[in-house]
Amino acid sequence: MSETILFYLFSVVAILASALVIGQRNPMYSIMLLIASFGALAALYIQLDAPFVAMAQIIVYAGAIMVLFLFVVMLLNAPQEDAAVWDRTHPLRRPGVARFGALLAGLLIVQLVWALVRVNDASTAVNARGDVAAISSVRTVGRVLFTDYMFAFEATSILILVAMVGAVVLAARETAS
Amino acid sequence: MDQATLRFAIQLGIIGLTFFMLINASALLVLAERKVMGFMQQRYGPYLVGPWGLLQPLADIVKLLFKEELRPKDADKWLFTLAPIISVTAAFAAFAAVPWGAETTLFGLLDTPVKLGVADVNVAVLVVFAITSMGVYGIVLAGWSSNSKYSLLGGLRSSAQMISYELAYATALASVIMLAGSLSLREVVDAQNGSWFGFIPKWYVFLQPVGFLIYVIAGVAETNRAPFDFPEAEQELVAGYNTEYSSVRFALFPQAEYINMTTMAAVATDLYLGGWHGIAILDRYGFGWVFFLAKVGFILFTYIWVRWTVPRYRYDQLMQFGWKWLFPAAVLNLIATAAAILYFNV
Repeated sequence: MSETILFYLFSVVAILASALVIGQRNPMYSIMLLIASFGALAALYIQLDAPFVAMAQIIVYAGAIMVLFLFVVMLLNAPQEDAAVWDRTHPLRRPGVARFGALLAGLLIVQLVWALVRVNDASTAVNARGDVAAISSVRTVGRVLFTDYMFAFEATSILILVAMVGAVVLAARETAS
Repeated sequence: MDQATLRFAIQLGIIGLTFFMLINASALLVLAERKVMGFMQQRYGPYLVGPWGLLQPLADIVKLLFKEELRPKDADKWLFTLAPIISVTAAFAAFAAVPWGAETTLFGLLDTPVKLGVADVNVAVLVVFAITSMGVYGIVLAGWSSNSKYSLLGGLRSSAQMISYELAYATALASVIMLAGSLSLREVVDAQNGSWFGFIPKWYVFLQPVGFLIYVIAGVAETNRAPFDFPEAEQELVAGYNTEYSSVRFALFPQAEYINMTTMAAVATDLYLGGWHGIAILDRYGFGWVFFLAKVGFILFTYIWVRWTVPRYRYDQLMQFGWKWLFPAAVLNLIATAAAILYFNV
C-alpha cells in the first residue's frame, strides 16, 4: 500500500518537474527542476530494488552533469526568454531545426515502444542469472555490463573520449588564434 | 512493551541521537576552531561566555537570530531562500548512511541486536558520495541568486572546484571498496577487524596510505576548508558565495560546512581507520563507538590544525594540483591496488 502511494508520489513529481523544465523562462529554474526530476527517478529506481542504479543516477546526472549545466548557464549568463519578442531569425527557431527536433522525438518514441515491448524478455534474461537479490547487487550489474553489453559499453566510452578530444581541440584552437 | 515496539522506539532514539550529535558537533567545532586558532596564535580565544568559553556557540547563535534578515533587491527570491536550505539538508542527509557503532542489544534489553547508525544501506559509500555532491548546489545557487559579483565568483569557483576534486575523491574510495569487496560502510568497517602480527590493527590506512592522503586532501577541498576555501576567500571575494546573506540564512552555511566536515571525518574513520574497531576491550563490551568518536575528533582536529597552519593556495594552483597531481595519483593507486588484489588473490 505505502509502496503504491510512494510510487505515485515520485512518478507525479518526476512528470510534473519534467513538464515544468520546458515551461520555464529562466534556464536556472529549468536546471533545478531537472535535478528534482532526476531525484524522483532515483527514488523510483530504489523502489525497483536497484539502489546502485539509483545512486549512479544521482551521482552522474544530478551530481556531475547538472553541475556542469549550471556552470555553463552561469558563465554564459543566459538571458531570460522574453515571451513578447518571438525572434524568427534566431538560429534555433528555423523550421529545419524544428523538423530535426521532431524527427529525434519520433525516433525516441519508437525506441521507447520497442524497449517496453521487449522488457519482459530482458527481465527474464537477468532473472536467469540468479535470484532477485542478486540483480540489485553491483557485482551482477558489473558482470552483465562487462559480458553481454561489452560492445555497447566500450563503444560508449570511445564515443565519450572522441567528444572530449574534440572539445579540447576546439578550445585550444580558440586560444591559439 | 513488546520487542517490536521497543525496537522501533530505540531505532527512533538512535536517529534522534545522531541528529542531536550532529548539531552539537557543528556548535562544538565553531568553538574548537576559535580555541585552536587562539592557541596557535598565542592568545586565549573565546573565554568569557561560560566556563572556558563553552557557551560561546550559543551566544553566537542568539546573536545571529536577532539580526535582521536581508535580501538584496535584485536577488532571485526563490533560489536565494532555497540555497541555504539545500546546503544544510544535504549535510544532514549524508550522515544518514554513516554507521558509527557496532551492533548492540543495549545490555540484553533487545532479543536481536540493533545497529548503531541511522540507516544500514548496502550501497552506503555511494549514498554518502551522492548526497554530499548535492550540497554544492546550495553554494552555487547562493552565489548566483545573490546577484552580486563576489557571490557569483564564489559560486563559480565552488562548482569548478567540486568537479576537479570529486574525481580524485571517488577514485580513492574505489580502491578501498575493491579491498573490502563491498559498498556497505558497515561491511568495510567489519573487514578491518583484527590485527596483523597481533599489534598492527588491520586498518586500511596501512594498506592504502596514498589513498588515505588523497581522500583527506580531496575532503578538505570538498568541504571548502582552508587552504582550499576559494568559494569564500575573504581577502579576494569579501565573503564569497555568502556575502549577501545575513541572520539565520547565513548561519546555515557555516553549519552545513561543519556538518560536512564531521561526515567527511566519520567516513574517513569508517573507510580507513577501522571505524569502531581497534581496542578489543571496548569492542567486547559494546563501547566501540567511544573509540570511533575519538578518531573522528582527531581527524576534525587535524582539519582545524591544517586551516590555521597552511596559507591559501592560488586558485589556478588548486586546479592544477587537482587535475595534474591528485587525480593521476589516485588512478595509479587504483591500478596498483587492483594488481595487488589479483596477484595476492585477496
